Amino acid sequence: MSPEVATTAPAPAKRSSFSELLARDPTVTLLGAFIVLAVIGFGALAPERFLSGETLRAMAFQMPELGILALAMMIPLMSGGLNLAIIATANLSALVMAAILTRMIGPESPAHVMAGAIALALGTGLVTALVVGLITGVIVAFLGVHPILVTLGTMTAIKGIAVYATSGGVIGGFPPAILFLGNGTLLGFPVPMMIFILCAILIAVIMNHAPFGVSVRMIGSNEKATRYSGVATEWMLVGVYILSSLLCWVAAVVMMARFNSARAGYAESYLLITILAAVLGGIDPNGGFGKVLGLFLSLILLQMISTGFNLLGFSPHLTQAIWGATMILAIGISLVRDKWIARLWLKST
Amino acid sequence: MPNDTSFLKRAFRRHEIQIAAIVVLMAIFFSALSPGFLSVSNLTTLLESYSVMAIMAAGLLVVLISGGIDISFAAIAAVTQYLVATILVQMGGNWLVAFALAVIFGGLLGAVNALLIYYLQALSVIVTISTMTFYFAILMFVTDGESIYDLPDWFTATIAPLGIPFPVAVAAFVLIITAFVLNRLSIGRQIYGLGGNLEGAKRMGCNILGLQCFVYGYSGVTAGIAGLVQAHRVEEVVPNALIGRELDVLAAVVLGGASLQGGIGTVTGAILGIVLLAIVQNGLTLLGVSSYSFGFVTGIIILASVSATAIAAKRQQKRTIGNVA
Repeated sequence: MSPEVATTAPAPAKRSSFSELLARDPTVTLLGAFIVLAVIGFGALAPERFLSGETLRAMAFQMPELGILALAMMIPLMSGGLNLAIIATANLSALVMAAILTRMIGPESPAHVMAGAIALALGTGLVTALVVGLITGVIVAFLGVHPILVTLGTMTAIKGIAVYATSGGVIGGFPPAILFLGNGTLLGFPVPMMIFILCAILIAVIMNHAPFGVSVRMIGSNEKATRYSGVATEWMLVGVYILSSLLCWVAAVVMMARFNSARAGYAESYLLITILAAVLGGIDPNGGFGKVLGLFLSLILLQMISTGFNLLGFSPHLTQAIWGATMILAIGISLVRDKWIARLWLKST
Repeated sequence: MPNDTSFLKRAFRRHEIQIAAIVVLMAIFFSALSPGFLSVSNLTTLLESYSVMAIMAAGLLVVLISGGIDISFAAIAAVTQYLVATILVQMGGNWLVAFALAVIFGGLLGAVNALLIYYLQALSVIVTISTMTFYFAILMFVTDGESIYDLPDWFTATIAPLGIPFPVAVAAFVLIITAFVLNRLSIGRQIYGLGGNLEGAKRMGCNILGLQCFVYGYSGVTAGIAGLVQAHRVEEVVPNALIGRELDVLAAVVLGGASLQGGIGTVTGAILGIVLLAIVQNGLTLLGVSSYSFGFVTGIIILASVSATAIAAKRQQKRTIGNVA
């Protein structure tokens, strides 16, 4: 070939900035574009209501529950697994906390009793979630059972415990300190949103920079190769399900605070939506790849669709249908995009 | 292979035999504790109430054998049930029309999954979660969650051909057909091939798209039929009655030895999986244990079963490696 070809090789630099961004980080760019489209679309259709501070606040209060649970789903997905037990874990943990809080605190309890009970409740809820994560992780890692099957089993069993213990009933009525975690604002900023953003940043740092996160992504790409390169894959996998359960506990605290109650059957429809949000956010369901930023943007997009259509007076069922269709559309676009990038790459070499 | 293992030992390595042994033990245990367990009326009720699950399990089994998974079948059952019931209420008909419509609608909705999986090169679990969300949400949107109560009289009338309750007869028919397709027809063997080794099946010249359309279409068809039978049993069509059943059915099929990796699974196993769940839940009820405990017991059974299978597979692997060395 002529040397001219070699000099034109970095041609992609001449492309417009959008396609440049698209080639560098397709998921984030596409989601960003979708979000801009959604803002423009809903802004044009319902300008006063959609572009108001009130709507923004409402969205900021609704997103965190699904968001934290989606993070809990994301980590197992990155390792090439799946955790179907996230909702059940969160509900069981919330019920344990709720039971302790309502038993130990009356309306006239002194401050130190209240503080002690809250600390005890949070601690016990955390331990409950961690035990579930440990059991799941050990069966997945050391027995080599498919994570779908293990978490299907743990989901059924722990939901069973929760239903049996409460007969399907509701436990509610918490002190203001707890309610603040789900409904309060700090400097005008919703507390649950702050909790979610804190979790997201922590998980992003862990997945990108900590040895644990790197190992988990390697396991997701190729478990055997990871083991042969000297990583204790079994314990890493146990860690994956423990970390996932830890996030379920955070979600449990936010959820019970927002609803001022706990029940065995809360938020069950979120289970498959968390997978949808994660995959829409560019988390590879085969494992190994994905970014917290992608997940974050996909959650914003899903929330905007839901809030926007709600404001326009559409039924929430239609919103769900659009979520499903968005998912299929996203898979289609990513396929076209990969082919397009491959062709560009072929051209440039 | 050294032939030092007895026939019995080898038989006990088969998953179906193990499950069958557990089923028999459970049956003896419960009938010893509660005399009502083995009564004809109890067993008939038991069979009837699990027949809808068995019909869906047949379709899911075929998908699992092909190496995929279908989460959308309960939503397909709900949509088909509603569509067929609406048509029957408006225009009348008979069982033949009802079944024909259920097969067509269910098959089409299922085949959509196959097309999406094939052309988008996507994981079946992700695609079927999306279609499940989509189908069910559209159903709820269009119907507003309203039930259909005025089903035709012939539809809700009790039928018992040869004294067998109608749901049980349909379930038996579907299971026999499924076993026949899987074991006796070329397409069935190709489905095992597809699940065992996709690349191998391609090089053998199997039509992958066609096979996948058949597999997911079949799952849709069984879902449609299950929807009809369920509507017949409860004498009404409630849009969200079947939703949430998908993971129960998956649990039963997996208990019966089907592997999520594909290529493994039998109708006998799936039936035994359902029978095991049915016997345990029914037995506990007869013993006066609260039905709130079912979930916990079911979960423990699933965990124990999949763990035992995995441990056995690891041992088998070691033995094979030992033999080779």
